[in-house]
Amino acid sequence: MAEMSTETQPTPVAPPPMPPSDQGMNLPTPPPSKVFDKPKEVSSRTRKKSIPEGLWTRCKGCGEMITNKELEDLLKVCPKCHYHLVATAKERVQWLADTGTFEEADSNLHSVDALKFKGVASYSDKLKAYARETGLQDAVLTGFCEIEAHPTGIAVMDFGFLAASMGSVVGERITRIIEKSTKKKIPVVIISASGGARMYEGMLSLMQMAKTSAALARHAKAGLPFISVLTNPTMAGVMASFASLGDVILAEPHSMIGFAGARVIRETTREELPKGFQTAEFLLERGLLDMIVHRKTMKSTLASLLEFMK
Amino acid sequence: MKLYTLEFEKPVLQLQKQLEELRAKASAEKIDLNDEINAMEKKLEETKQGIYSKLSAWQRVQISRHTKRPYFLDYVAQIFEGFTELHGDRRFGDDHAMLGGFAFFKTNGKSRKVMLIGQQKGRDVKENVKRNFGMAHPEGYRKALRLMQLAHKFNVPIITFIDTPGAYPGVQAEERHIAEAIAVNIREMSTLEVPILAVVIGEGGSGGALGIGVADRVLILENAYYSVISPEGCAAILWKDRVHAPKAAEALKMSARDLLAHKIVDDVVPEPPGGAHHDPELAAQNLKASLIKHLHALDKFSKGDLLDNRYTRYRGIGEYAES
Repeated sequence: MAEMSTETQPTPVAPPPMPPSDQGMNLPTPPPSKVFDKPKEVSSRTRKKSIPEGLWTRCKGCGEMITNKELEDLLKVCPKCHYHLVATAKERVQWLADTGTFEEADSNLHSVDALKFKGVASYSDKLKAYARETGLQDAVLTGFCEIEAHPTGIAVMDFGFLAASMGSVVGERITRIIEKSTKKKIPVVIISASGGARMYEGMLSLMQMAKTSAALARHAKAGLPFISVLTNPTMAGVMASFASLGDVILAEPHSMIGFAGARVIRETTREELPKGFQTAEFLLERGLLDMIVHRKTMKSTLASLLEFMK
Repeated sequence: MKLYTLEFEKPVLQLQKQLEELRAKASAEKIDLNDEINAMEKKLEETKQGIYSKLSAWQRVQISRHTKRPYFLDYVAQIFEGFTELHGDRRFGDDHAMLGGFAFFKTNGKSRKVMLIGQQKGRDVKENVKRNFGMAHPEGYRKALRLMQLAHKFNVPIITFIDTPGAYPGVQAEERHIAEAIAVNIREMSTLEVPILAVVIGEGGSGGALGIGVADRVLILENAYYSVISPEGCAAILWKDRVHAPKAAEALKMSARDLLAHKIVDDVVPEPPGGAHHDPELAAQNLKASLIKHLHALDKFSKGDLLDNRYTRYRGIGEYAES
């Protein structure tokens, strides 16, 4: 269907970090402002391959060359233009959880090729390749941690794993962490980034939207807070389920957020897309988000919200 | 029967034509051609059986999109009485791609109240401009939720009819937050304390279908499909060309029997040979019988059990390895 059916967006200068066929779902185009038409950042994973020394990264926003050491100290935010570069799930946990408090949950779940998907490449091979590359079991990392001493159930999606598309494992791990948090009577924070539902698992993927949302309904009924954090990009099936259901919804600056991919909208409607369409700023303006939060203040913002919603 | 014929049905059409010619000849020339006619009838039946008994996933997709296929309002007219359409989401507008209202459902001589919700396509250009090809905007999903909450308030079972290529991908749909509208429906449908039946009557296009699709029982018509992505969209991503849609339709396991095997749907409603459009009345009778069966089965549950069972139904979907 439309919102899940998009091809990968053509990128104006540099190729995307993965070949288009590897994207579970649609990748949004960068915001159409002039700033973002400049050369792209090379993600840390691909950089390791292209620049063996691995000392520098080019900012996707402004083209600035930044040393990796500096970038790490700045939580992967460009010091010149404040562009928020792609972050891994592990990095985000490190930035958000109080030191030494993170305990991973359900790390023993693995995706299987349930449909025996007959495509151009084997789904099983893809899973193995991404697991090797990212060191993750699948596209989400879940567990318990403390955020400025607030015990919290947390799920962080990792766009580097098959465009963080949601299949059975992503849905199951998110559902389990919500259910466990309901039982422990603690809040849930989900950091989303996703191309949408995972095509290779067909309808099993789509049903994860219902599964996760139903678990959130029970968590909400118990009077517990859920904060949804949207990062670049959060689209389609993930956006049309748990990511949109936060008591409070935050987004990182300039993140692409939406349901249908820009290309599908253009092809279906022949409409001119407005400036900044589907950026976090565009959504905030229309009342669809609570706030846009810079990465360096994300932890303290979450902590004060959790304190308020206790 | 004048129907737009699908490519794979052409042998049937040809035989039907030959049979008519034979009958006309027998009658005009007053000669006994009964043996020939019987042989031809037999051949026609065998050909139909041969084609319709092993339809490919892609052929079924074509049937599910057939413009003569019965739509939501056709089933409403055939199966229910006194449909009172209710309009608007009370926030922005009235979506003509998503309809709903009260109706009476006669089962075993008794008449009971139901709330009907359904996506509606059009058959010609004019109708499709109004119906937006069955692709609802946020206000459609919000109207559907309003009506479902009304049903909850008055303890009336809900029956939803899914028939959409998908939620509308447009600038305004995004600005009014189509993703949130669908997400909220999905969550709220898991909490409504009345029986919910959902039936995929044609196209089950991804999130746009699921937005009215969370139910105690999910039924699907034999030739309908329900998929995470359209076969064309999947083909464009994986094979880099939409012409490979037939391959994608197979790979996605989007046909009724595959969905039953993976417990995505609970029952498959049989269609007349060749599809519902070949005999809409029979198709409606079959659907009615199935709706009665499942609604009665749900009647015996308390509200609490209903919600627990619905939660468990979705909780159990997903296939993975645990090491």
